[in-house]
Amino acid sequence: MKSRLLKTLLVDYGMVFVLLFLCVLISLLTIADIHPEDPGAGRRLAGLMVEKYGKEINVLIVARNIDADKEFASAIEQQLIDLGATVVATELGNPRSVRQRMEKLGADSVRIDMVATHNFSSKWNVLSDDMRKTMGASYPSLKNVKVVRPPSYRWPTFLTRQNLISILNQNAPVAIMAIGMTLVIITAGIDLSVGSLMALSAVVSAVCIQKYLGAAQASGFSVMLAFLIAMLVCALCGVFAGIMITAFKVPPFVATLGLMMVARGASYIFAGGADALKIEAESIDVLYAASILGIPSQIVIMVVLFMIAHVVMSHTSFGRYVYAVGGNQTAARLSGVPVVAVIIAVYAICGLSAGLAGALDASHFGTGRPKAGEFYELQVIAAVVVGGTSLMGGEGKMFGTFVGALILGVIQNGLNMAGVDSYRQMVIYGALILVAVLIDQLKKKVINPTAAG
Amino acid sequence: MQGSDSPRAADQPLLAMKGVSKSFPGVQALANVDLELYPGEVLALLGENGAGKSTLIKILGGVHTPDSGSIEIGGTTVEMDSPLTAQRAGVGIIYQEFNLVPALSARENIFLGQEGSMVSWIASKQERQKATALFDRIGTQVDPDQLCRNLTVAQQQIVEIAKALALNARIVVMDEPSAALTPREVEGLYEIVDELRSQGIGIIYISHRLDEIDRLADRIMILRDGEQVGTRSASELDRNQMIEMMVGRSLQNEFPQRDTQVGEDRLVVKGLSRGRAVQDVSFAVKRGEILGLAGLVGAGRTETVRLLFGADKLESGTITLDGRALIPKSPRQMIGNGICLLTEDRKNQGLVLGLSVQENFGLPNMNDFAAAGFIAKKSETTAFAKYVEQMTIRVTGGSQLAATLSGGNQQKLVLAKWLQRNAEVIIFDEPTRGIDVGAKYEIYQLLNELVAQGKAIIMISSELPEILGMSDRIVVMREGQVAGCLVNEGISQEDIMRLATGSEATIAG
Repeated sequence: MKSRLLKTLLVDYGMVFVLLFLCVLISLLTIADIHPEDPGAGRRLAGLMVEKYGKEINVLIVARNIDADKEFASAIEQQLIDLGATVVATELGNPRSVRQRMEKLGADSVRIDMVATHNFSSKWNVLSDDMRKTMGASYPSLKNVKVVRPPSYRWPTFLTRQNLISILNQNAPVAIMAIGMTLVIITAGIDLSVGSLMALSAVVSAVCIQKYLGAAQASGFSVMLAFLIAMLVCALCGVFAGIMITAFKVPPFVATLGLMMVARGASYIFAGGADALKIEAESIDVLYAASILGIPSQIVIMVVLFMIAHVVMSHTSFGRYVYAVGGNQTAARLSGVPVVAVIIAVYAICGLSAGLAGALDASHFGTGRPKAGEFYELQVIAAVVVGGTSLMGGEGKMFGTFVGALILGVIQNGLNMAGVDSYRQMVIYGALILVAVLIDQLKKKVINPTAAG
Repeated sequence: MQGSDSPRAADQPLLAMKGVSKSFPGVQALANVDLELYPGEVLALLGENGAGKSTLIKILGGVHTPDSGSIEIGGTTVEMDSPLTAQRAGVGIIYQEFNLVPALSARENIFLGQEGSMVSWIASKQERQKATALFDRIGTQVDPDQLCRNLTVAQQQIVEIAKALALNARIVVMDEPSAALTPREVEGLYEIVDELRSQGIGIIYISHRLDEIDRLADRIMILRDGEQVGTRSASELDRNQMIEMMVGRSLQNEFPQRDTQVGEDRLVVKGLSRGRAVQDVSFAVKRGEILGLAGLVGAGRTETVRLLFGADKLESGTITLDGRALIPKSPRQMIGNGICLLTEDRKNQGLVLGLSVQENFGLPNMNDFAAAGFIAKKSETTAFAKYVEQMTIRVTGGSQLAATLSGGNQQKLVLAKWLQRNAEVIIFDEPTRGIDVGAKYEIYQLLNELVAQGKAIIMISSELPEILGMSDRIVVMREGQVAGCLVNEGISQEDIMRLATGSEATIAG
């Protein structure tokens, strides 16, 4: 009983263990000094200052003139005031502006005991020991200026919120397309056209906005409309592939290979041969730039779609039909499953997911790039296969695909952090896919040793 | 009572398997089985499905390694570690599924793997001569240059036998060799077996058909649940005793009694046609009736019911069910109209083996369980449990994979999914093929229960006793046409065969 449980764990969640293992490994390899710059670190810094030097301190707060630093600076200021210390000024800018500000304060004889800043700005020359001495010599009120910054600590740079979010964000387009691809592969098909359809979607969005929806004047609503049109075009391409496959018995590999070339070529034609078709609308980033609780929209969309796809696959008749068609098309048809409709729907959904990825790409870059998504079809297929879906059809899970996409993303991120060049990355990537497929074969043996007989 | 009481006990056995045991996770497939085979004899291996026949044969063929026991061939112990070892030791196994490459010719298939090294010149002329010589030994010629995919099943079987002989096989194992043959071809098979026997080859013959055993076997070995029930000389056993030994209990009748009142016409078919396979076929099935569909393999019976079910496109003809005209477009649509088909090939056409039993059960019933797209798993489970109990389907639970069911239980599962669908006309294509004796009786009982509920049943069967034992009327087909319709009263197997083969043009009923 126990070994059975272990087997189930290994088989159904084996890839989760692989993912966790990779995360631990990369974390260990990327442990480094972390210099926090977030508002929380600012508040802690203020606390430490008052604790150590008392309330009677005059503080100058220094940081860059960027949004994140503004929050950091105002957190320090707020906390210092709450604790009864005095903030003489807050300078958000560059070394030059800090110097001017300090000279002005010195000239006004305002006493400064401390400069509160973060690691980055503390390295500015203006705050160096020599410069402070020089300034102290010129202005008596600046004689004893200490520079303080939030304490640093050792932590894997891999395991920072920022890095994890960027992994998810970078891999969201591939993961979103992998949802459609999982459906296709479960029906024992393959779709090579997703990368090209992604480009087609981006270019069609661009053309729609530039030519028909008011170019620079296009509203957010118009932009979304353009995205919907582009996604619809891609879904129709999927329908076309599905019809080729069902009505004319063209093998999926060939049908989608043809579509892949047609869509890529059409993207370049629509873009007028340019590398990128500029979208002038201000509101083009309406889709990409949105965020929920600080999580970029792409990630939210990806996670929501995976959840929907999981429910569809495990709790609806459509999901069961997809598994049945992939498991045994003849038996499915003779059991009354609308096989043709299911196959067409699956390719349409795959096209739709590629269309969404393309819309996100256009919204991200503000251009329609006909070369978007090049070779993505292979990454998408890799994510699905690494996620444990069998290319023979009939089996596979959405959760597995999600994990598969994450594994690929984490590995790429880890290799980048380790400074591995892109050629070596390709080799490691390919080897990983082979290992994943090998594990898949081995686990089948573990589960069903008599399968041969 | 074991093999040692054979009249040939004095001879050196060609093959001696001693104390062979094999277990798979959760199953003792074979327990301490002894088998002896002498030159020039046919040993029939009898047993229900799951009795361990296939496992025993696969051990002999080097596919499975036994947990214990030994194999001696010609007096020397052989370590059967791979199919290649078995081949070299002179064991030729003709499995039910042939191992032939369809796109290669008969000759190329016979000598496949014997070309020498990876790169060597193939002397086609010599090979052709050798092939012809092998066919001479078998006593039937097959065009050695014909591609295997163009050969009939019987011819492919001959190629398989020739392949075994080309490897100097002294032991030939045939696993259900007659299953896919027409009666005339089966006669040819008997002659081949006789011929091989006369050449001193030892033959292990596996079959469900007891009349073949009567005709061919010198000795009979019976397995039940992985254990050897006994090995007897063929003359010692009659058919009832064989069945008793296989099943472990006596079956009073092969076919259960039924006294159902046959009612009005339900399904009426007129002038059904599709190409040469089905030409102008007309018949009717009544309420509470089992209509037998007899004929030789290739007579167009399966093709006819596929038209009825919407699986193939109908060229002309009309179908009415309870007075309503139906135009078949797809299986889905015909299922919606209450017509369902239980295919002969359950593994490839009836079930999705990779899905669980309950998922297979639910597949055509999504209208019931997933009205709005979402599957109500609870009601599906409840409905499935009801059928499991009613039909005594042996499953460990709803999540068991369909692939792991035995033939009889697979058939019951297919039937359950159609009954849930409220099928009114149920078409059985070879309902008991590959199903063991005990389960057959249960299937027959189910058929009787269905007609008692007023359903109409069409039953295709190539086993004439089954047709005669179960049908109210019998439609006999020949070469795509209806050769005649017989009322099942006082008719014999010969009457059906005459119509099926066209040796006498009588149209009755």
